[in-house]
Amino acid sequence: MNNLVIDIGVLVLAGFVGYTVISKVPNTLHTPLMSGTNAIHGIVVLGGLLLMAESSGVLEKVLLVIAVAFGTINVIGGFLVTDRMLGMFKTKPAAKEETTGPGEGA
Amino acid sequence: MSAFGTVFLQSTNFIDAAYIVAFSLLIYGMTGLTGPRTAVRGNKIAAVGMAVAVIATLLRAHEFSGSGTVWLILLGLVIGTVIGVPAALRVKMTAMPQMVAVFNGVGGGAVALIAWVEFRHGFGGGYPLRVEIFELFGAIVGSVSFWGSNIAFGKLQEILPGKPIKLPGQSLINGLLLLVAVASAVILCTGSHSQGLFILGILVTAAVLGNMVVLPIGGADMPVVISLLNACTGLSAAATGLALGNPVMIVAGMIVGASGTILTNQMAQAMNRTVPSIIAGGFGGTVAAPVAGAGSEGGTVRSTSAQDVAIQLSYARLVVIAPGYGMAVAQAQHAVRELERALEAKGVEVKYAIHPVAGRMPGHMNVLLAEADVPYDLLREMDDINPEFPRTDVTLVIGANDVTNPAANTDPGSPIYGMPILEVDKSGAVVVLKRSMASGFAGIDNPLFYNPKTSLLFGDAKTSVTEITTEVQAL
Repeated sequence: MNNLVIDIGVLVLAGFVGYTVISKVPNTLHTPLMSGTNAIHGIVVLGGLLLMAESSGVLEKVLLVIAVAFGTINVIGGFLVTDRMLGMFKTKPAAKEETTGPGEGA
Repeated sequence: MSAFGTVFLQSTNFIDAAYIVAFSLLIYGMTGLTGPRTAVRGNKIAAVGMAVAVIATLLRAHEFSGSGTVWLILLGLVIGTVIGVPAALRVKMTAMPQMVAVFNGVGGGAVALIAWVEFRHGFGGGYPLRVEIFELFGAIVGSVSFWGSNIAFGKLQEILPGKPIKLPGQSLINGLLLLVAVASAVILCTGSHSQGLFILGILVTAAVLGNMVVLPIGGADMPVVISLLNACTGLSAAATGLALGNPVMIVAGMIVGASGTILTNQMAQAMNRTVPSIIAGGFGGTVAAPVAGAGSEGGTVRSTSAQDVAIQLSYARLVVIAPGYGMAVAQAQHAVRELERALEAKGVEVKYAIHPVAGRMPGHMNVLLAEADVPYDLLREMDDINPEFPRTDVTLVIGANDVTNPAANTDPGSPIYGMPILEVDKSGAVVVLKRSMASGFAGIDNPLFYNPKTSLLFGDAKTSVTEITTEVQAL
């Protein structure tokens, strides 16, 4: 097996993982989820880092600096915003849970 | 650190191991996002995974031998941090969909730029075909995602009109653009000579395509579009990972691609629409806007006063509040919470009816109400609350329109026919808080307003709710 086949195998398995994990998310968490997964695809920043050393010429370097900056905005902004949103959910169920039975449910 | 230690840290095995740790953390973190209690931790774990991936990449110091490289990387990271952190910390909860669109767009932009550099760099050297194919895929999809997200941002921020902007033969033009982009990509792959302009041409064509695809889509469908573009960016990131042979990028990108696709479908289902029909565009705003006062449905609307509403609410047993995006725009969620408390003090049972697409994204309304400290267990999802409307005395519709539109159940000619709605018209009385008679985000007339059971309280939602609360407390 060459590397490409292994890589594509990884790709397919990751697809199944994503599918399984996400089909269980309740409606209420869809916005944080969207923003969380959004942060995760900021992983492209790695591509910018890896290419930086190979790049030559001003144009390439400028493009890569922009790419790294974009990726960083995606990652840091995404995780922070998700954290802010989730922070608001956090304490609610604990505070009132005992008083009423069917809280989140279904 | 000893020389041996440095060598160890920079060895490929160590870095690969770190990558495995990184994507394990990303996946584990995402499983945490499936429940409200574990979500905060899950998000943090995923962030740690991301940090591990970045640090492991930076450890490949032998690749960063060039004198300025480290500084350039730092420059990029610093610029990104300086822009990203304040934006994330300051954005209002109501503007969340736009923010997600922007963050998604820059991700796509990064993919496209990386593909561009890879190609410029590869000329002459001759990359293997796999690299070219995946990079070109990334270039096209990343560029579409970047420009599409920008348009989505513009529409949600109301810089651009929310109504569809459509050219005649739009689908044909889009198809042609896609064809041009793909054909250029194929030429670029097969031709061995350097064609610097071709990659630029592909990026530009894809950029135009991104604009053209999103412009004709109505504001109401925008969340679905953002979710779809989110999935696209994920896939393009995975493609970049395949080109560079980087496992973390493959795994992380693909997970986002898969989850984003599911999410997109779920959102579309909640609106009883299919993804292809949304992409075809043109929905919303095509129906003539109703004339103020008496609408096209005939009949007149009955307006009411805060005092009357207060009396109505105070003597009810069960009040259901159906909040919509209008409530969020008016920043009325805290005022609504006050009203709920005042009513509860009078022994009135209060529940919130949350439509799956209330607000502008699934779950958006939950975030907004959570921000106002509304207890989680008072929120009812559509399927749970709909059977309760017949025994509801008063339903208070605050800034919601399309999700309460009975035409979705009764009028096969309505553009939203078949969309599941909150059946507020089944409750004893309906009070609608509205700024004006303008139609909702989707631009569709709402017969609910002409129902004899319905009375309307015009004005800013926050002011109205505060007035009602004062009246309730005075009773």
